Amino acid sequence: MTAETQLLEMQGIAKSFPGVKALDKVDLAVYPGEVVALIGENGAGKSTLMNILGGVVSPDSGTIRINGQIVVIKNVSDAIKLGIGFIHQELNILDNLSIAGNIFLGREPTWLGFLKLINRRRIRTETEPYLQQLGLNLPANAVLSEISIAQRQMVEVAKALSLNARLLIMDEPTSSLSLSETKRLFDVIRRLRSQGVSIIYISHRLAEVKECADRVVGLRDGFNAGSLEHDKITHDNMVRLMIGRKLEDFFVSPKAPSKDGYFCVSDLATQRYPHHKITFEASRGEILGFAGLVGAGRTEMAHAIFGVETPTGGSVSIGQKKVKIRCAGDAIENGIYLVPEDRRKSGLVTDMTFRENITLPDLNSYASFGLIQHKRETCVAEKQCEKLKIKLASVETLVKNLSGGTQQKVVLAKWLALKPKVIIFDEPTRGIDIGSKAEIYHLMRGLADNGVVIVMISSDMEEILGVSDRIAVMHEGQITGILSRDKFEEEAVMRLAVGQKSWPGNKNN
Amino acid sequence: MLVVLCIIVAVLNPLFLSVTNLQNTARLVGMFGIFSIGVGVVIITGGIDLSVGSLFALFGVLLSFMLMSWGWPWPLAIAAILLIAVAVGIFHGFLVTKINLQSFIVTLCGLLFYRGLARYIAEDQTMGFGYCTGFETLQKLTTGQVLGVPMPFVLLIIISFIMWVVLHRSVYGRYLFAVGRNEEAARFSGINTSLVIASSYVVSALMAGIGAILLAFYTNSISPSSHGNFYELYAIAAAVLGGCSLRGGEGSVIGIVIGAALLQVLQNLVNLLGIPSSLNFAVMGTVILIGVITDQILSHRKAKS
Repeated sequence: MTAETQLLEMQGIAKSFPGVKALDKVDLAVYPGEVVALIGENGAGKSTLMNILGGVVSPDSGTIRINGQIVVIKNVSDAIKLGIGFIHQELNILDNLSIAGNIFLGREPTWLGFLKLINRRRIRTETEPYLQQLGLNLPANAVLSEISIAQRQMVEVAKALSLNARLLIMDEPTSSLSLSETKRLFDVIRRLRSQGVSIIYISHRLAEVKECADRVVGLRDGFNAGSLEHDKITHDNMVRLMIGRKLEDFFVSPKAPSKDGYFCVSDLATQRYPHHKITFEASRGEILGFAGLVGAGRTEMAHAIFGVETPTGGSVSIGQKKVKIRCAGDAIENGIYLVPEDRRKSGLVTDMTFRENITLPDLNSYASFGLIQHKRETCVAEKQCEKLKIKLASVETLVKNLSGGTQQKVVLAKWLALKPKVIIFDEPTRGIDIGSKAEIYHLMRGLADNGVVIVMISSDMEEILGVSDRIAVMHEGQITGILSRDKFEEEAVMRLAVGQKSWPGNKNN
Repeated sequence: MLVVLCIIVAVLNPLFLSVTNLQNTARLVGMFGIFSIGVGVVIITGGIDLSVGSLFALFGVLLSFMLMSWGWPWPLAIAAILLIAVAVGIFHGFLVTKINLQSFIVTLCGLLFYRGLARYIAEDQTMGFGYCTGFETLQKLTTGQVLGVPMPFVLLIIISFIMWVVLHRSVYGRYLFAVGRNEEAARFSGINTSLVIASSYVVSALMAGIGAILLAFYTNSISPSSHGNFYELYAIAAAVLGGCSLRGGEGSVIGIVIGAALLQVLQNLVNLLGIPSSLNFAVMGTVILIGVITDQILSHRKAKS
């Protein structure tokens, strides 16, 4: 292909922030109807590059060409005028408005002259073609709060299309989608590609990149790390592109764990699925993965076990002994800990220091007569810091100033300062870069080897297949199947996740 | 800021430094400081308590009844008032944590209800303690002096010391701040957040009870429709001036006490400088606004550098 056919050409883009060189002479080209995946660790410069393209920040130097013409993108509306649609990880839509209302927000057609009443019928009829184009079977006046996250994302895509976008930037679009929703998103991406829309796809999930990208561009520390053409897109190549070396032991292979059924959950029912009961057991030294679609009730199960949600029935036992859990305090006392899905919201008090977060679950043991002994706290905090190799200026650093991967390690450090028997990880590596991911897998395996029961909920197929010793698959509040390591197969997990217990070719049949 | 303001007032009108004026100001600072700390504790958990002003009227009226009409011995009356205060606090805490009502609404209803109840009980008559025959000791305890320092101020020093230890050194205090900053994460760390939040309303109501007793004897005239009017706003203003964020999780006892003192000195300034007393609220509103804006600008600068 020649330069004339390029839709977008970014050349020599550089950008510095105080103290950091975020981008150093980065090039990026996109052809019409091409899906380019942009990969790199956190801090590699992906977001900065896309923010420059989307008009959120301006570059220090470099040129941007659209259809061969040099353009200057000063702000977001410039980008929109040039046909660039940016779909952020956190959706920018108002969930109290209808689909049509969102799509035409800020440019509503009006009637009755100066009264400027919104022409509701027109925005409805003009919205419908876009919904059809995306294969979205919803009425244009459906209110956003009543549709799923995946559908809301489609509304954002529809909005971009209605603004004549020819290039869509999707930043981690699958981070809150279930497996089947992800598949649907890929269908839409393929459809858009065939209509000539180009897509820049940012993701940490390499399996997804492999599935949807025509070309992969890697960034590393603000430089171009190279690119991979379609037939060269493999997991190993992408990892090498991102971290500059091969990650030999990205996933840690398991030992054969004991089968003592140490941790036992029986007939557990959650408020979301009060009539469906969950029964499983996990052994010391084992990592039991929980796969399933978003909304399968896995998080609710974890919350019920941990006592932050009241179960409607069932019991939990550790080493044959029943434990009564009515609140998180009870679970913690019994050595059951949860590393929650949303670490900023429920895992950490981000406005407090590292030290304060570490000691929070067991503060009384750092106190004499109800008064906290500062020295004891600092001592344990420093020990945890060293043990988990957390890089900190001091233990008095506010947790909100740390990166996602480090924050996740802080959550872990907090629990490991106690005596864990069972640790439930809910989406342990969501939004975490690949280096920290490997570290967290190592930590998990290390804990298992020391006799801790690990329960890992994950929607990342690679992770669930790569890390678990056994996989329990859930569907609508029930476990539809438990796979042992020799039965691990993406298709088996997928089928169980949609509630299909038997199918042709199933080895279990 | 407080020191600067005191110097300004003293220079403008040396009467500020007269013993009588200082004593009177200290007395007011004591009373306002005590219940401001209580409201501050609620604010630290991310809530708000609007009911304290009306509680003053209710407690004042009840105290007058107990001592004057029913002839209760004063220790019993004091114990009863404080007990009722605790019950009120538990009730607020229950509504906020178990029924999941917003604290603003709960205590707004309290503001209306307790005022109405006080007026009904007192049949809208002004109540008082006459010459305090039979409970002179209580009168001395609430309005007397220790080495020239008025009792309310002495009490404030004692209470603020205790509350400082509780808030900034104890496990309970850490829980209060943790809950105020991120209730969910606190709950996920095994803290009984409902109990912590509910307890803050008990602390607030209890402080209001102590403040109410002091105020009742200070005025010795409780007209149920106006006694303690707007005092909850003084407390909130003191807390905000003292560095509390209405979003919760921030604040200190020392800050709240300084904030309360600032407001009283300011009021004193309005009186001493002959500013028309009708401008009283306007002056206070302006100063609070300036204080908060300054704080905002300073913290913004600090975050940048």
